[in-house]
Amino acid sequence: MTSAQSPASHNVNMTRLLTKTSSVVLLLLFFTLSNVYASTLSNIKEKGYLTCGVSQSLPGFSYIEKDGKWTGLDVDFCKALAAGIFNDSSKVRYSALSAKERFTALQSGEIDVLSRNTTWTASRDTSLGVHFAGVMYYDGQGFMVRKDLGVNSALELDGATLCTNTGTTTELNMSDYFRANNMQYKPVVFEKYDEVLAAYEAGRCDVLSTDQSGLFSQRIRLKDAKAHKILPEIISKEPLGPAVRQGDDQWFNIVKWTLYALLEAEELHITKKSMMLKKLPTKPKERRFLGYDGNIGENLGLSNAWARQIIQTMGNYGEIYEKNIGKHSLLNIPRKHNNLWTQGGLHYAPPFR
Amino acid sequence: MLIKQNANLRAWLYQALFIIGVIGTCWLLTDTLLENLARQGIVTGLDFLDNNAGFGVIFSLIDYSESDSYGRVFFVGLFNTLLVAGLGILFSTILGFILGIARLSHNFLARNIASAYIGLFRNVPLLLHLFFWYFAVLQPLPGPRQSLEFMDTFFLNNRGLYVPTLIDNANTTIWQYTIGISFAAVILLFLISASKNTRKIKNNEKISKKSHAKKATSLLALTFVGILLSLFVGNPYDLDTPIFGRFNFSGGTVIIPELIALVLALSLYTAAYIAEIVRAGIESVPKGQKEAANSLGLSTSDSLRFVIIPQALRLIIPPLTNQYLNLTKNSSLAAAIAYPDLVSIFAGTVLNQTGQAVEIIGITMLVYLSISVTISLIMSLYEKKNRWNQQ
Repeated sequence: MTSAQSPASHNVNMTRLLTKTSSVVLLLLFFTLSNVYASTLSNIKEKGYLTCGVSQSLPGFSYIEKDGKWTGLDVDFCKALAAGIFNDSSKVRYSALSAKERFTALQSGEIDVLSRNTTWTASRDTSLGVHFAGVMYYDGQGFMVRKDLGVNSALELDGATLCTNTGTTTELNMSDYFRANNMQYKPVVFEKYDEVLAAYEAGRCDVLSTDQSGLFSQRIRLKDAKAHKILPEIISKEPLGPAVRQGDDQWFNIVKWTLYALLEAEELHITKKSMMLKKLPTKPKERRFLGYDGNIGENLGLSNAWARQIIQTMGNYGEIYEKNIGKHSLLNIPRKHNNLWTQGGLHYAPPFR
Repeated sequence: MLIKQNANLRAWLYQALFIIGVIGTCWLLTDTLLENLARQGIVTGLDFLDNNAGFGVIFSLIDYSESDSYGRVFFVGLFNTLLVAGLGILFSTILGFILGIARLSHNFLARNIASAYIGLFRNVPLLLHLFFWYFAVLQPLPGPRQSLEFMDTFFLNNRGLYVPTLIDNANTTIWQYTIGISFAAVILLFLISASKNTRKIKNNEKISKKSHAKKATSLLALTFVGILLSLFVGNPYDLDTPIFGRFNFSGGTVIIPELIALVLALSLYTAAYIAEIVRAGIESVPKGQKEAANSLGLSTSDSLRFVIIPQALRLIIPPLTNQYLNLTKNSSLAAAIAYPDLVSIFAGTVLNQTGQAVEIIGITMLVYLSISVTISLIMSLYEKKNRWNQQ
């Protein structure tokens, strides 16, 4: 599951075909038989864990380490949710989904939340029966090529063959971009990241196209990462964020405000470390945020210590970012748009009051 | 009282009740489904088929561009599936029959190669065959710059097999007319001579050698017309040869590696099963038949062709049909290696872009059902046609 060409991943592919069929069947059963909706939160509490849909193998976002543990930005968001609900970030079960399967899995109730570098678009938000809870990572689509091709700009890619994932916005943006610039291209689309990467590495295509974060992340998995470069053009807006099913506003709020809590903590300079000191906050803003005043947590259906639990176990957004994809990681992606609004970035949490 | 006594009426009533029950349940389920989908804010209906698809497809038998509709994508996928299934059935049948017969051969090498092949190919999962051909055989081929070339017109690399195509030029029409007319004349000649010969055979007359000579002359004449044309008019078509551009070859046509890998894997895998079916069919023909054929002085191949195979076929056809159905359904593994078949682009990409899982999976299931029913129908017609063998 971790490496691109292991024979084990072929077997996984077999079982995954089964999973896909079963999730469609589940969707049918769910919609034909169920007429009563239980609240997602009470379901989760009853089960004792949260089911989180993540990416299959995207280092920095969701990836299984050698010790068998899930890591990454998207994974940490799931953990933050669990920390807010159970005060225990380990109460998460992960479901590794391909781009193609993700919405069906969410619609059918197989997962409680989809935290899988998924782009928030109008058509997805309005026609799929899902709600996007916010933006976890501001991204844009880019291109990666072999250095020896001598390409310096995406505008030189006329006639190239491009590899990407099926069922993504990438596939559509690519077509828009090449048509708009009057260029020809050939798309080779695979279902899994591993296959896309293997095909690109084997030379089936000249270009690998996906969200820039994905390019950085996939590049470190290539045998000779230095022989590949990421072109400067960003051809789309890709706000990646968690999504939930429509029809449960309480759960939607919990997911939304968990994301904001991570951002707010960074803005208030509350870190995992400062939480360890166990000093009672004095500033009203901090007291409200951490649940010493007011009852934001209770209004969400959780305890008032909710935000405190999240930051204590996971740290704030900045910490999670740097650990997984920023300075303290192999990816080392600069924050740019993903900084707080106070630092010139785009992340902005509504006030906690 | 009447119902209790009349068994026919009772049976009829129960069946009617059962059908009403089934229809009622289906209606109830559909109704709940639609209501729940609407409540969840999931769009339903088939309107999406007219919407602009907006994504590219690497290989299509019909004209397709990004600005075409999802409905068009459906047909692109359908034809791609039919192409793979058709080629797979053709090759697996040919190979399967050869192997099946070879397995019963008296030749030590042929017999053992065939059984080794069957053992190897039947016992490895199809998906692994697919990955083997795609990732282990076709992908390690040299890149487009170092293509293996043949006479500067055929190129093979890890992007596929590039072959030249014929394009019309100014002479095409003249060629087509002239060849068409000469061909028609020759056919006419043949028909006349054939009917004459039939009459002669009926009357027990000898067929003159002249008749054969006439046929040969007319064929020569046809060739002569062709030579004259190319001398005085020029070539009928221009060759559109693949030329290497910056990234890929342009011009000509390309057979993508995904198609090659898929057809190879499906044919080689299914051929192993067909071989066993053929062997079983042949072995089921009573030994006496073969001995009788031998004693009549028929050669091995003639006795196979006229005596054994026709009798074996009646046992071969039904399980062979199953293999054809399996092959067609197995072609949906295409998604694993990016071949744009129905499942990959329609039940995959289109489903994901529109989110209308229920409709799309429904349509896809219906299509596979129709293909399978059609194949079974053709095979059972063929079986009926050959019934004379039995009695």
